[in-house]
Amino acid sequence: MKKLLVILLVLTLSMTAMAGCGGDTGGGDGGAEDVTTIGFLYIGPITDGGYNQAQHEGYTAVKDYFGDSVNLLYAENVAEDIQAVKTNAINMIDNGASIIIATSFGHMDGMEELANEYTDVTFLHFSGYKKNDTNFGNYFGAMEEARYLSGIVAGMTTKTNKLGYVAAYPYTEVRIGINSFYLGAKSVNPDVTMNVVYINSWGDAALEQAAAESLLAQGCDVLTQHADTSAAQTAAEKAGCYAVGYNIDNSAVAPGSFLTAPVWHHEAYLIPVIEKIIAGEYVPESYYGTMADGYIGLAPLTSLVSDEAKTEVEKVQDQIVAGEYPIFVGPLKDNEGNVVVEEGKALTTHDEIWAIDWVLEGITAIQ
Amino acid sequence: MNGIHISKREDLPKKRETVIRILAVILSIVCAGLVIWILGYNPIRVFPSMISGALGTEIRLQQTILKAIPLIVTSLGILVAFKMKFWNIGGEGQIIMGALAASYVALNMDGLPKGILLSLMALAAMIAGGLWAFIPAFFKAKMGVNETIFTLMLNYIAIKYVTYLQYGPWKSPESQGFPKVATFSDNAVLPKLFGIHIGWLIALLLVVIVYIFINHTKKGFEISVVGESRETARYAGMNIATIILIAMFISGGLCGLTGMIQASAVEKTLSANLSGGYGFTAIITAWLARLNAIAVLFVCIAFAILLQGGAYIQISMQIPAAVADMMQGIILFFVLGSEFFLQYKVNLAGSFRKAKEVA
Repeated sequence: MKKLLVILLVLTLSMTAMAGCGGDTGGGDGGAEDVTTIGFLYIGPITDGGYNQAQHEGYTAVKDYFGDSVNLLYAENVAEDIQAVKTNAINMIDNGASIIIATSFGHMDGMEELANEYTDVTFLHFSGYKKNDTNFGNYFGAMEEARYLSGIVAGMTTKTNKLGYVAAYPYTEVRIGINSFYLGAKSVNPDVTMNVVYINSWGDAALEQAAAESLLAQGCDVLTQHADTSAAQTAAEKAGCYAVGYNIDNSAVAPGSFLTAPVWHHEAYLIPVIEKIIAGEYVPESYYGTMADGYIGLAPLTSLVSDEAKTEVEKVQDQIVAGEYPIFVGPLKDNEGNVVVEEGKALTTHDEIWAIDWVLEGITAIQ
Repeated sequence: MNGIHISKREDLPKKRETVIRILAVILSIVCAGLVIWILGYNPIRVFPSMISGALGTEIRLQQTILKAIPLIVTSLGILVAFKMKFWNIGGEGQIIMGALAASYVALNMDGLPKGILLSLMALAAMIAGGLWAFIPAFFKAKMGVNETIFTLMLNYIAIKYVTYLQYGPWKSPESQGFPKVATFSDNAVLPKLFGIHIGWLIALLLVVIVYIFINHTKKGFEISVVGESRETARYAGMNIATIILIAMFISGGLCGLTGMIQASAVEKTLSANLSGGYGFTAIITAWLARLNAIAVLFVCIAFAILLQGGAYIQISMQIPAAVADMMQGIILFFVLGSEFFLQYKVNLAGSFRKAKEVA
């Protein structure tokens, strides 16, 4: 026991000695006044070529916009459990953060606990549904709009009439994407079918690649994904097939397969909301951005996309932006034969769309 | 002059031991500092920041203690098995099974008064963790099956089983299809004392209990004897099979209790990655503590300082997670490495002085 105490003592002493020489005892508290410290939590690395990179582009845009008046922190690989979320967020708050932004669905319960414990800090959660009246809000977007448009591209590009979809979990958000992508394809290609493979993870390059390869082997010639990395695009390129990306414009990663991608513009929400928080005018809400808001977008169509498809996409996009083009229009049947949207009806509100717990007829989903 | 000669040390003077330990720590700091410096960070700021990040304020201290609690309880469990030279690599699985049993109680009997519910959860967790360790112990005691592989493999079964529950029968209907077990009611959450859940009190109590058990009871003595020499134990008329079974049940039970503490106080639910690697880390800490329960307390706190300090510098200095992990690895490498030089003598071409430089 004595030995251990000696070790500890030496460890501490040598470090404080070093600190003495340096004159600067770390800590890193953003001491200056009028500087707002903001912490971002990511589920993966910021170089994943997809989801987290898109989140981090929002971070960069915030930094560029606010300049020296903000001090931004981020943490990568924050697991979806309370312990990981709290450890990172509390370390951020300890470093002066007054705004915490968590960007993965499973960060929700940790954020809820934090919001109760740290009432003078504002918590924003991407993709969750929990909030309170004082310091905890959430935000997301109508990704179904851009998914639908990218589906049009896929539907007009496929030759085998079989699309492949690498999906994370059989969860509402993912199902909305699957169905809207398929509806887009079906609107221009009535013969199209789609296979879905769930990888049961938000992001795992190896799992995503394996799922993509199995879809390609099943005869799918246009792939897309609801997962964090760009593995599906590179797998499609290798097989000489096409791919629609997700999250960010990945045309440079897989130039031989990349058609387009539904993308997030997180800064379109973050910049105004951070301004509000700093001004003390923020009231917690559930923000749901759209293409019209500029929060959701479609990456530029590459040269692999036919002119015909380009024209069709532009036409529909204009109508979506104008709010005249609902995505889920009846009659729709799920893949068990049940009518899920009746003829003459459409899902238009957020709550209607977020009640989707089915996948459409024509889609085969493997769990 | 025939190269390196390694021999077991007969006796090590206290002074020399201290020198080796201090040298290991200094070398680890120098080495880690060098890496940090090459990567473009200022090591003179990183190390103090790590220490102050773990101990500097009340919040940080709480964070460090939160990380030490599961480590201490699990290390005590591992200690009981290792004392007997029964290599229990199954701490992860025992934690998970403990959490599973505690969660079953929490989710199905949450109408009970808080005290009774929590006690039941702890009891269920200890029995489940104990039974999970009892299986390899039984096969070891009766048939001599290798316990290292057996306990290791049982980890994966436990993790996969909880994954199955999470995706299937136990999936919360409120999660919109997201594979998540329901959150516990407040009744099933361990209360706080001085800002930290009372797991810290449990951990402290267990340190004392395990210390007394190993050092001052007949069973504890028997466990040590079985570990030292089975032949001696047999000549002394001890029932080795029974001792193995009892010790492993205790070992697994303690690991299971970690599962209950983490599920109840931290996650408030059951998830497949709840064990957080503590079952493996505890092997290092138990070993570094030389299988002494009191030493476990200090080693685990030191380790928690390393964990929290690492997490803190990632945030405060925006050092990538990989760099912080690497620093922890380097420090651990040297501290564990010094154990080797404490137990063995390395003669490089006959000169002991040179051997120390290798250290």
